[in-house]
Amino acid sequence: MSADALLEVRNLRRTFPIRGGLLQRQVATVHAVDGISFEVKPGETLGIVGESGCGKSTTARLLIRLLEPDSGTIAFDGRTVGGAGGIPIRELRRQVQMVFQDSYSSLNPRCTVEDTIAYGPSVHGLSWEVANARAREILAKVGLDPAVFAARYPHELSGGQRQRVNIARALALEPKLLVLDEPVSALDKSVEAQVLNLLIDLKRDLALTYIFISHDLNVLQYMSDRVLVMYLGKVVEYGPVESIYADPRHPYSRALLGAMPSMDPDRRGEQATLTGDPPNPIDPPPGCRFHTRCPHAEACCAAAEPRLSADASVSGHYAACHMLVPGSGHSAAPQIAA
Amino acid sequence: MSVSGITEAATVRRAAAAISRAAAPLVRCERLTVRFVGREGTVHAVNGVDFTLEAGEVLCIVGESGAGKSVTLRAMMRLLPDHRTQIAGRITVGGKDVLALDRRALGDLRGGEVAMVFQEPMTAFDPVFTIGTQIIETVKRHDGLSERAARQRALELLEMVQIPSPARRVANYPHEMSGGMRQRAMIALALSCRPRLLLADEPTTALDATVQIQILQLLRRLQRELEMAVLFVTHDLGVAVEISDRIAVMYAGRFVETGSVRAVIRAPQHTYTQGLLASTVHGAMRGRRLEAIPGAPPNLAALPPGCAFAPRCRYVEAACATAVPPETWLDDARMARCIRVTANQSSA
Repeated sequence: MSADALLEVRNLRRTFPIRGGLLQRQVATVHAVDGISFEVKPGETLGIVGESGCGKSTTARLLIRLLEPDSGTIAFDGRTVGGAGGIPIRELRRQVQMVFQDSYSSLNPRCTVEDTIAYGPSVHGLSWEVANARAREILAKVGLDPAVFAARYPHELSGGQRQRVNIARALALEPKLLVLDEPVSALDKSVEAQVLNLLIDLKRDLALTYIFISHDLNVLQYMSDRVLVMYLGKVVEYGPVESIYADPRHPYSRALLGAMPSMDPDRRGEQATLTGDPPNPIDPPPGCRFHTRCPHAEACCAAAEPRLSADASVSGHYAACHMLVPGSGHSAAPQIAA
Repeated sequence: MSVSGITEAATVRRAAAAISRAAAPLVRCERLTVRFVGREGTVHAVNGVDFTLEAGEVLCIVGESGAGKSVTLRAMMRLLPDHRTQIAGRITVGGKDVLALDRRALGDLRGGEVAMVFQEPMTAFDPVFTIGTQIIETVKRHDGLSERAARQRALELLEMVQIPSPARRVANYPHEMSGGMRQRAMIALALSCRPRLLLADEPTTALDATVQIQILQLLRRLQRELEMAVLFVTHDLGVAVEISDRIAVMYAGRFVETGSVRAVIRAPQHTYTQGLLASTVHGAMRGRRLEAIPGAPPNLAALPPGCAFAPRCRYVEAACATAVPPETWLDDARMARCIRVTANQSSA
């Protein structure tokens, strides 16, 4: 991986034990994030997409250390997070901030908008006076008039306004990287467009870098420079947005894109691209995790896990599928040159 | 009755529908208004909704939260709490005056002639009974089948909605199923007594993309096979385009635009519909600024006197604030409630 990455994630893994029975012994394990690696370059937007249970939100929480990883490393600006000589968690959280999906539950109902935004800077050493002044400044930046909104409580705001407050709070520490976990999913379409415009403006004005998590492929395509497709805790495809949307290499990405409504009444899908639901991340299937739903699955898919391998034609495009690897044993795999 | 039996019944009904179509539509909703009266004021949730729905037709009500979509849908089956709700207007389904039915007749209607699929099947099902029990109970109540015959019907219904190994799944509790499977079971329950009208309240909103498209296609297939009328509520235009014959765009308790799905999507007349389409993100917009509709939907406890969309409309003029714009009909099926739309204007 390149040295110029703002964030570099290596083999990140996190499992959750499920306890049961009289003695609360561990009976099963949820493999939420199972060895993923990626990097985020300064100034870009990396989109992460996948269905529920694929580990998108766990990844986000691992990145800002709301969760401890079981193994793997995260490096920010070239410094490893935690451990000796690395970047301390407190410093990391100043540089990396998060916006959550549920704008209501992520705000303290007893705090005014101004206090909510000023809280972070004051914890990090600013006096309340300075912090409050900064809060008002940022409120104006996210399109809320401080004279009107500074003294309001979350329940006095609409969903779109609350999400603007969440964005303002995240920006209050002047972070370099913003992790946006489904920031517009709970908003109405007309308000969603307003918030997306705001995010684009802020990114340009403040030279920010985004990790944008969404299940909405249209929004993701609009926002992202590069896209990471996750399935059951694994990265199945990773690459430039144009390349992935124009020619997805992994059967799961193809299915996901094929499931998008066309917005054209004369081009309604007649045959769903996939059957069934995503399997449970407790006890995921062996081998390729997608083989239980994949129309191209063969014996080798259940036997061995495909590695993320680089695409020959598009630089920076990776996919994890046996059909793309010569000699993998899959009948559709390219032949090894003699 | 088997699945093929259900389809046969639909064929008979289709013939009957063809005869009766000339006479009267299956659903007729006239001047429907719904108010919720509370201590802090009266919420004007639905403010004069008129529509008709033919047998075998799919009408999609599209709008944002608080537009009154779900309230309209619930009024069709009188699911709104009686105290605190004031419903006025007239709703007829298959000739029955829904707002005048007594308890017993209402019980026959719900789950019999009219059935509903909810957004969240986990809360719509009773968690302490198996899926099978809940279907069997419904079939026995409405069709008077024996336990044995009802169990057989339950199995066939689960098969019809493509639940794998139905014999095993019929004994499942709702929590033992995945989200998509539960929604299939919910559809099986709704279709168990061959309703003539299916009400669907955002049935795919809680589902993943790859599951959503499966459920939409399933609903479309069953709707055609069983010749049902469907009233479908969604906030997602993409979903509406996948499922509907006609679209009604709702804003602040009124239909602001109706028409065939093609007409509404390709030539939207009302500024709100245009804004909704322009702010629905799709890939081709990359790099361009989204044309967001400014502001937020109005407070339904204090609606403006004129057009409810006027405060957000870029073409607003003085006349917009004086009275609610009347329905302007461009042709038999195409309506917009905007003073800028005139009847002689081409809809293309």
